[in-house]
Amino acid sequence: MQLIYEKSFPGRRGTSLPELDVPAGNALPPTLLRQKPAELPEVSELDGVRHFVNLSRRNVSVDTCFYPLGSCTMKYNPKFHDRIADLPGFADLHPLLPQLRHGGALTQGALAVLYETETLLCDLLGFAAFTMQPLAGAHGELTGVMMMAAYHKDRGEKRSVMLIPDSAHGTNPASAALAGFEARTIGTDANGNTDVEALRRALSKDVAGIMLTCPSTLGLFDPNIREICRCVHEAGGLVYGDGANFNALLGRVRPGDLGVDVAHVNLHKTFATPHGGGGPGAGPVGVCEKLVPYLPTSRVMKRADGSYVLEYQFPKTIGYIAPFYGNFGVIVKAYAYMLTLGRDGLRRVSDAAVLNANYLRAHLRQAYHEPFDRPCMHECVLSAKHQIKQGVHALDIAKALLDAGFHPPTIYFPLVVPEAIMIEPTETESKQTLDAFIQAMLDIARLAETDPARVKAAPRTTPVARLDETRAARSLDLASRPAAP
Amino acid sequence: MPYVAMTESEKQQMLAQVGVGSLDELWRQILGAETLPSFERLPCGSSELKVTRHLAGLAHRNATDLMCFVGSGFYDHFIPAVVGEVAGRTEFSTSYTPYQPEVSQGTLQAIYEYQSAICRLTDMEVANASMYDGGTAFFEAMMMAVRITGRRRAVVLGSVSPIYRTMLQCYCSNLDVELVMTPPALQADVRSIADLLTPDTACVMVQYPNVFGVVEDWRPLIEAARERQVLSVCSAYPMALARLMPPGQMGFDVVTGEGQSLGLPLSFGGPYLGFLATWMKYVRKMPGRICGRTVDQNGKPGFVLTLQAREQHIRREKAMSNICTNEGLCALRALAYLTFVGKQGLVDVADVCAAKAVFAREQLLRIEGVRGYDVPFFNEFVIRLPVEAGEVVGRMIERGFAAGFPLGRYFADRRNELLVAVTEKRTREDIRGLAAALEAVLNECR
Repeated sequence: MQLIYEKSFPGRRGTSLPELDVPAGNALPPTLLRQKPAELPEVSELDGVRHFVNLSRRNVSVDTCFYPLGSCTMKYNPKFHDRIADLPGFADLHPLLPQLRHGGALTQGALAVLYETETLLCDLLGFAAFTMQPLAGAHGELTGVMMMAAYHKDRGEKRSVMLIPDSAHGTNPASAALAGFEARTIGTDANGNTDVEALRRALSKDVAGIMLTCPSTLGLFDPNIREICRCVHEAGGLVYGDGANFNALLGRVRPGDLGVDVAHVNLHKTFATPHGGGGPGAGPVGVCEKLVPYLPTSRVMKRADGSYVLEYQFPKTIGYIAPFYGNFGVIVKAYAYMLTLGRDGLRRVSDAAVLNANYLRAHLRQAYHEPFDRPCMHECVLSAKHQIKQGVHALDIAKALLDAGFHPPTIYFPLVVPEAIMIEPTETESKQTLDAFIQAMLDIARLAETDPARVKAAPRTTPVARLDETRAARSLDLASRPAAP
Repeated sequence: MPYVAMTESEKQQMLAQVGVGSLDELWRQILGAETLPSFERLPCGSSELKVTRHLAGLAHRNATDLMCFVGSGFYDHFIPAVVGEVAGRTEFSTSYTPYQPEVSQGTLQAIYEYQSAICRLTDMEVANASMYDGGTAFFEAMMMAVRITGRRRAVVLGSVSPIYRTMLQCYCSNLDVELVMTPPALQADVRSIADLLTPDTACVMVQYPNVFGVVEDWRPLIEAARERQVLSVCSAYPMALARLMPPGQMGFDVVTGEGQSLGLPLSFGGPYLGFLATWMKYVRKMPGRICGRTVDQNGKPGFVLTLQAREQHIRREKAMSNICTNEGLCALRALAYLTFVGKQGLVDVADVCAAKAVFAREQLLRIEGVRGYDVPFFNEFVIRLPVEAGEVVGRMIERGFAAGFPLGRYFADRRNELLVAVTEKRTREDIRGLAAALEAVLNECR
């Protein structure tokens, strides 16, 4: 498809803009004016609409097909939440309003949303407080480990090492590094659990804590998690819980009860904000009592008279990690989602997510290698170990699924499983959809036996075939430049 | 069972095929002895209608008819309906990060076009696929300068938004990076700042226009920095760039900014959009996702995420940044805004903002006791009141105006100063109303 810039025609206009009803003029410095306008598109509204609608048709999405991308929780999100976030009382609200005198009275509804969402999340995860500020999951990780750093610093302890199991989320080591920690990897045992003996050996006065992903990226619940938390606490460390996979635990298990000290959840994975082709999301962070003093400022408090107010005076706070109060438009949706489902509905989410994943596992393990023979949680991790013998890799299986009308699972992650295929069906898919996907996976496995070349030739039905990624990285073409005058 | 498709009979069939008798049995196999938690605050579920009513009630408790002259980096610009319409296509909103390029060409081409738009607006060579917000982008730019120069000191001008300065301080608290903040001034004294650019300085960081709305010529400072091999980083207001000399032409090494003014609602602080652009020579030190154009097996043009070896999921603790997501849908909105407003439209919007700001300033300076500064500005300016500005703002709110931001909240020596922003949405009557209300309030205060 042509670029929007290639569809431009000089002088063409898209929309009508507010008129000038005051004398023309400006207070710009004449020596600092732009010499010619930026070469932005020049299209009619219709041409622009066609461009974007046709672009959108070159995507597959949850709304068009099954999207079992492991670790990403690509579930269906109720549509009415989008409408709620668009209400003028929310969408048009200036974030500085509550910081003006008497401005708090004009933002009570928005402050209530923040406070009440925090309250519900505390209940759901078993924490003392939440900050709604982190703007994404990895941002939540960073916020959490910064609080861990502040906690140790406050106690006069120098702890520079962060332990990270190799089955944890891929973003964890970078988040730990940005909070000044040295990341040290802990291995996985033969059952797919964190190697507790290796952990015990690694613990010392230098260890600030551990970053656990629960359930792990293997889709497994670690039965030793309470023991792990106990060991880390005994050594003076703290436990960070990466809650990106919290969809599996909704209403069933509270990280705070397990001994986790601080955790983030992804409102875009678990709580009704669609992924948007990569954001925006939100990664609120919950903490146990002893970490409350280190939460970012500002915080929303509820007064005795039931009104809400922003508070800033927290001497031990890590400071400002976001410009305001978080991705409010995302938080509103999470609040509406929790109210709609309620405690029972949320539990049905994890019930169905876990049953769906185990149902896929029960069928697919006939044809695909299963690294750990035990019930999974919200996602099942298989591998292309059997198929490699015919030269068919996880990537080829993924591409063949595209031709079958499915978005592929996550592949080559987690790193601990070679040729990994990580399938997360989520709770919103019906049995018919799962059955169709199982059929496609089994067909591909058969084809890998009988005609591996055909699998490797996939995809044939997509808007483009396999792309030349080496060329993309070698001869970088990262922006379209205006034609020379 | 809202949003869960499974019926009771299907559940039984599926349990049987999994080989367990009940859900409880499956959970026991997974969780062992963990028992069900009991909830104190979570209510029982509600219908769509009931939840909508509740949330609409909360939205109604927020001000929707307040006349907004508050900016400070976040502006109430007009958003054409078509922007939300195309960005709301659920093929965009319900897809993931485009890791499978064959079925994500829509998202990928949109990112490429967004990167191109940011490059054209800033006059830089390369932009990433977006970041969380202007503040995090500003921090990432600083870290980029640290990586490029191998130096660990940053000089940040006092005329950078205090919101961003406090964010920088927070992020640097565990990193071995020294932040030097210069005293806030309406216009920078280049010579004294240049003296701070020591051989161990990675970058000097400015805002364009600055937090007081003042448009400054940064070329002398950039020149002084370059002589000392110090990089220059700016945070720019993209709407102003429609009219102002682009940062690339000015000579900045890294350009960042808050993209909210490009078609994103204020939404009480987010989601917003951070942009970051630089020169090709620095592309491998740039954080965040990048989309590149290439060809498929058959030679057909297409797009992929590229240079992923810099990113956290590959490089782990040695990554450029821990940033994982971009703000995909927000970047799409910004692209749609720039497309439909278009080349001349963006200039027109900027002109209307600038003209209305001049008009507003004239109206306000006519009020007895109100003074201004004789400095160049785009659509935001400082006025000095005869009394404390915070108090005046409070009284103006009761009259239906968010009259501006009282600078005393950030700068102790500017207690009587008010920062007023004017966008194309404010009419001549709105501005006259602001002036009349301010005059009345000042009379009350005297």
